[in-house]
Amino acid sequence: MIRAAPCDASRIAVQWETSMPDVNRGKRPLSPFMLGPYYRLQITSVSSILTRITGLAMLVAALLIVWWLLAASAGPEAFDRADGVLTSWIIDIVMTLSVLALWYHALAGLRHLYWDTGRGLEVATAERLGIAAMVGSVILTLITILLV
Amino acid sequence: MAYMTDRKRATGRGAAGSGTEHFWHMTVTSVALVILTPLFVFVVGPAIGKPYADVALHFANPFNAIVTALMLVVGFNHFRHGAQTAIEDYSDGLTRKALVLATICISYAAMATGLFALARLAL
Repeated sequence: MIRAAPCDASRIAVQWETSMPDVNRGKRPLSPFMLGPYYRLQITSVSSILTRITGLAMLVAALLIVWWLLAASAGPEAFDRADGVLTSWIIDIVMTLSVLALWYHALAGLRHLYWDTGRGLEVATAERLGIAAMVGSVILTLITILLV
Repeated sequence: MAYMTDRKRATGRGAAGSGTEHFWHMTVTSVALVILTPLFVFVVGPAIGKPYADVALHFANPFNAIVTALMLVVGFNHFRHGAQTAIEDYSDGLTRKALVLATICISYAAMATGLFALARLAL
């Protein structure tokens, strides 16, 4: 509790911090409440959101590949069914986009590992690294399509 | 009213309740995936779309089988923790718990299925 005693402000702050119950527990705002009304999109936030979207979206391709592996292990008939789906044009598009997602997520992850060392956190550098991840992932996807 | 203070609640725990364990797990799996991702793309990629006999032979190769197994284990573990962070950002309460539970179950189910299929193919 805060005592109304003639003491300096810093002592009041310390007492407040260590003695108040957490009154906001359970009623804090949920993300992304800042985006839009209070905060405009910029390269750093877009590249961060893309990292999340690509990471989550890859679940579809991952489950398809697991299903394809299971079908292959079950025998030729099951394999032909899975192979037919995986080589269809619509899944071909899904897989190509997933390769793009995979490379983007990998490059964005490298950026995070670099940041974790305490480097590259200046706004200009962070933005340049974000653009590099976007351009780099497109280049790596084209290389993958050519080689695989 | 609880007598436990903010300071006491936070000491040694952080918002996650387990300090930096989650963060460190993501760092370890990220570094592993930097190596595994290119290997996986160029090992499994060429096999997709090939006929049955070629695919069976492809995963009978120890290197291909091990890279795929590692990708399944590390990849789904990385997904599990990453998706959890996203879920915790955008939901709370029971929804949050249900989604995190579902993510963990899907991740381990897919991992186990993939490893089982791989073992049957490779051995």
